[in-house]
Amino acid sequence: MTIRVQQADFDIGVELAALTQGNPGIGGVCCFTGLVRDLHPQADEQAGTVCALTLEHYPGMTERQLAAIEAEARARWPLEACLIIHRYGRMEPGENIVLVACASAHREAAFDACRFLMDWLKSKAPFWKLEETCRGTRWVASRHSDEEAARRWDQPAG
Amino acid sequence: MIKLLYFAWLRSKIGLAEEELALPPGISDVAGLIAHLQTRGAGYADALSNLAVVKVAVNQEYVPFSHPVAPGDEVALFPPVTGG
Repeated sequence: MTIRVQQADFDIGVELAALTQGNPGIGGVCCFTGLVRDLHPQADEQAGTVCALTLEHYPGMTERQLAAIEAEARARWPLEACLIIHRYGRMEPGENIVLVACASAHREAAFDACRFLMDWLKSKAPFWKLEETCRGTRWVASRHSDEEAARRWDQPAG
Repeated sequence: MIKLLYFAWLRSKIGLAEEELALPPGISDVAGLIAHLQTRGAGYADALSNLAVVKVAVNQEYVPFSHPVAPGDEVALFPPVTGG
């Protein structure tokens, strides 16, 4: 129900407390946080240590896509509350990039919806990562495995 | 006029984040628009040389290359996304 696209960092504890506040019907919350890591995934001689990432996005379409992804999750699972925060701009290793949290009466829906949201977000939300290493900058290439992960959810559960 | 938006390495190769374009006569879909853009200079030709890595959104929704384009549309060209 809450979607935020922002430059500022977020406090996971504060966000999860706000998500469950006043709803005793929630029996479990599953959350995923994505962080900037310092190593390029295709480790080779060309890959240096990553000193920063800059996330670019498509304002307007980003919010629309995230809202559509969230609506899909709510249609598939009985969620009491749902939160997506995605940052843009320049971030250094260790910083938060994304937070997805799903609350439900039972854990199965929370676990499944959280994983679904991340898989779909990675293949549909219009964000692009520009990586800075000591050798310069380069755009991160999309990974086939991310598309495969999103495709697993093409057949609605149940 | 249509509004064109470019993101990530398409933006750097073309050298523009956005521009307005009068739709040339005879162009009615995304494929035709891309073919026209490819003739607009070396940066465009380079950015649009491998269409397997170009995604398109019209009015902020993903569309296939066969999707129509009409005056007033916002057309965005960008690489496969890498957020999350």
